[in-house]
Amino acid sequence: MYRFKHHRPTTIDEAQSIFAACDDPSYLSGGMTLIPTMKQRLASPTDLIDLSQVEGLTGITFHSGLVRIGAFTRHAVVANSAEVAKAIPALAYLAAQIGDNQVRNRGTLGGSVANSDPAADYPAAVVGLGATIVTSQRQIAGDTFFQDLFETALEPGELITAIEFPIPEKAVYRKFPNPASRYAVAGVMVARFPRGVRVGVTGAGPCAFRATALENALNQSFNPDALNAVEIPDAGFNSDLHASAEYRAHLVKVLAKRAVQALC
Amino acid sequence: MSTSVASSESASTSSSGLKPSGLNPSGIGASVLRREDARFITGNGRYTDDIRVEGQVYAVFVRSPYAHAKVTRVDIGDALATPRVIAVLTGADMQADGIGGLPCGWMVKQKDGTDMRSPNHPPLVVDKVNYAGEPVAIVIAETVEAARQGADAVAVDYDELQAIIDLGTATDSSEIHPGISNNLAYEWELGDRAATDAALASAAHVTRLDLTNNRLIPNAIEPRAALGVFDATTGEHTLYTTSQNPHLERLVLSAFVNIAPEHKLRVIAPDVGGGFGSKIFIYSEETAVIWAARRVRRPVKWTADRSESFLADAHGRDHLTHAELGIDASGNFVALKVHTVANLGAYLSTFGSSVPTYLYGTLLAGQYRTPNIHVEVQGVFTNTAPVDAYRGAGRPEATYVVERIVENAARELQQDPAELRRRNMIQPDQFPYQTPVALVYDVGDYEKSLDKALGLIDYDGFSARRKISEAKGHHRGIGLACYIEACGLAPSKLAIALGAGVGLYESGEVRMNPTGSVTVFTGSHSHGQGHETTFAQVVSDKLGVPFDAVEVVHGDTGRVEFGLGTYGSRSLAVGGSALIRASEKIINKGRKIAAHLMEGAEEAVDFSGGRFSLRDSNRSLSIQEVAFAAYVPGNYPDDLEPGLSEKAFYDPQNFTYPAGTHIAEVEIDGETGVVSVVNFVAVDDFGRIINPLIVHGQVHGGVAQGIGQALLEIGLYDSNGQLLTGSMMDYCLPRADDLPDFVVGTTVTHCTHNPLGVKGCGEAGAIGSPAAVMNAVTDALGVDEVSMPATPEKVWRILQGRSPRRMA
Repeated sequence: MYRFKHHRPTTIDEAQSIFAACDDPSYLSGGMTLIPTMKQRLASPTDLIDLSQVEGLTGITFHSGLVRIGAFTRHAVVANSAEVAKAIPALAYLAAQIGDNQVRNRGTLGGSVANSDPAADYPAAVVGLGATIVTSQRQIAGDTFFQDLFETALEPGELITAIEFPIPEKAVYRKFPNPASRYAVAGVMVARFPRGVRVGVTGAGPCAFRATALENALNQSFNPDALNAVEIPDAGFNSDLHASAEYRAHLVKVLAKRAVQALC
Repeated sequence: MSTSVASSESASTSSSGLKPSGLNPSGIGASVLRREDARFITGNGRYTDDIRVEGQVYAVFVRSPYAHAKVTRVDIGDALATPRVIAVLTGADMQADGIGGLPCGWMVKQKDGTDMRSPNHPPLVVDKVNYAGEPVAIVIAETVEAARQGADAVAVDYDELQAIIDLGTATDSSEIHPGISNNLAYEWELGDRAATDAALASAAHVTRLDLTNNRLIPNAIEPRAALGVFDATTGEHTLYTTSQNPHLERLVLSAFVNIAPEHKLRVIAPDVGGGFGSKIFIYSEETAVIWAARRVRRPVKWTADRSESFLADAHGRDHLTHAELGIDASGNFVALKVHTVANLGAYLSTFGSSVPTYLYGTLLAGQYRTPNIHVEVQGVFTNTAPVDAYRGAGRPEATYVVERIVENAARELQQDPAELRRRNMIQPDQFPYQTPVALVYDVGDYEKSLDKALGLIDYDGFSARRKISEAKGHHRGIGLACYIEACGLAPSKLAIALGAGVGLYESGEVRMNPTGSVTVFTGSHSHGQGHETTFAQVVSDKLGVPFDAVEVVHGDTGRVEFGLGTYGSRSLAVGGSALIRASEKIINKGRKIAAHLMEGAEEAVDFSGGRFSLRDSNRSLSIQEVAFAAYVPGNYPDDLEPGLSEKAFYDPQNFTYPAGTHIAEVEIDGETGVVSVVNFVAVDDFGRIINPLIVHGQVHGGVAQGIGQALLEIGLYDSNGQLLTGSMMDYCLPRADDLPDFVVGTTVTHCTHNPLGVKGCGEAGAIGSPAAVMNAVTDALGVDEVSMPATPEKVWRILQGRSPRRMA
């Protein structure tokens, strides 16, 4: 780890003004990706702006048809929330599938979503549930938030403050974990809303995306066999030691079918 | 993970002369909780990195990013100018100090009678790098961070060379080590080639199989570490390090590497967090640390990070094998012919040469009467980390060959795999049994373990379970492995004649203290095995003293006279036997003292349950009373030295031969290819069992590692020699949720040649399980071979294009 300055602001404004004044700053949320990367000396921000004391970034609240979760809320809090489990069981389940106990007790919703790791779990929920990303500046639709590998719609210095998840009629998340890292080789959130079905996919591509072909098929007939004929093109999919693009495409379909099966 | 433990067979006969002492609740056979665990699980273990010496400084190694490169310049100027950096030392500095290369401890003779070819292995690179991660320089600074900064500032110019990585083509590639043609360390053979060829040619059926035994990376929970201390007053060097065999480390560093003479070098291996073999070897880093401590006149500490462990710990396995098994019309094995290409990595590690030869070829008879066996092994250099012993060391590779090809043969012949094995097993009345590959098995009852395992897994109910799986769209398979292994490498004379550089005995000392407690010194080393408990049970039982009164000391050349350490499941069979011998000497001397005190004849004094008693009298003395008299010799025999402390060196006559049957049952997800081990039974014959709890724990750990090899783990390099599975993110170690509840059972035949009748249990789990799992996987898929690890995508691809052939 290289030397850096540690800042601990207490308000969003203060955090942003520190960010603006630094050479090469980085916000520090749960640090579950950033700290190991720094320890391996693959990242060397000059300034770490620790969000742990910033007011208003935690907590889970319920509004008409929405679950709003503060960006600094730890995965374990979401996983263990009886209210979340009641409103969107798939979301609590997803949070419980992230990493291990240590990671879930440190990692945060906002940190995970802002990082846009292609194999993270939360992005599947953001896309699959059609969430809204609330930032220090604006609101961003979940569908447009993830742009590429580790790239999002966030501007430099812009902070996620909360994420609002619409409550579906039903939703299920199915994940195929990397046997070693337990990140998602592929993860699929299938959600039924009055206006139609949404399918969010993580792990398979450079960033989370909606699988519209699967959605269309399910909107016509909501059962697993409706997906049999759907082709999932693997162009642009991730390919690594653990899974080729072709296998990932296959897994997306298998996971989607299993999710639908669980919802039928 | 919970455990089912099948009831053990009771020991029926005893070859040991030990009377089972039903009175001793902590004696032989008792599941005593491990006394060392209290300190380990409360954070009070004392590992090398926990030790702090006044004035200590920290080392970081500069490692080559290239797998194969000439080093044309090492510029340390900027590194030396880095704040708080004290010294930067290179291979040239080491050479200038007369520090030699790291030796290989076993000289293998080639089949043409010439010596194997072993390249020089300088601890720090002098002019050429041969694997990625090889240490080039050591940077020493006041803090770890400063040492890292200094290491970053060392400028090394590399002239990159073509890396030789692929094992299949390495012998046709350019030379890694000048003068070692075809990258061949040796071509070695064992057995009768002509007879084997002839028997194969006339066999009614021949099964052929090509196998890969995947490279594994050990990953002990505690990374390697070293703290070197030089005392300028006395000239003594002390090396605290993560070693499985501190005396061997001292011997090699002294005699071969020229660090310091043995009497000026003390090696202490304190608590060590696992080894699996990887901490047997004499490595570059520990050598550089103790040398550097003298150079800089400060204690120098190095602790590997996990990335360094992946890159620079010796790896395991990595074979390519072609095997042919000939069978006559009645189903008898008539010949086994094996050709193996073994990856030795970039250099010959300490025991790297012996693992794919003497610890592999000799085990190819398995449990069977196969009369003709021939094995040829090519030991090959590649630009990868050195390969050496890893839990099982040669025996898992041998078992994999034998048990995979036997299973395939049964399928080809449409015979029940259990019955084909049974037909060919060596029978109990055939021991001692001379195999065609050098070993003489002393004792065993292989069918007994087979039958018990078949019963425990409900072999007959398998087809019904398969139908249930198939109804769910899954594939179910069952696989056996009837393994044998050889523990406690022996005897010294034979091993040395075959090229071993050291003896294979073990030392033990039993010291009765004046007030009756006992301090036991052993040359074995515990790095997770629980010797402090097991050895105390053995001595407590033998001397009839309370378990809590026995302390076991190990891991310090300054306290223990000599030792050869712990590897090859040898500790109890060899080290424990030395303690029995030393205890017998204690009893014999005690008998003389007791006879004197009780005014009787020595021949009339019996010893039992901790008491010396004079036959035909009511007089008796406790061993504690006798010990006191030995140290306060007021009333004492004139011709006897005071004191009650005895040493023994025990050199075994033969290996011990644990054997058993492992059966795995797997279910494969028809859509994803995920393999789940749903049932696993291990029935092992370890001879007499001292502590069943510890033995079962060893089996659990070994089986977990074997399942890891079969389904999850692989050390994989790209074509440039970069390690692709260099972290826990990509190298998949088994976790609890990858494993089923193990069913563990035992059968017992006592080893015939050691005083405890014990065999060895440390590696068996990892030896039997890979073949059992892969036999189950290939059974489920209806294919001849799936290379390990059977990862989901690999299996899914087989499912996509699966052959229609399927044996019932």
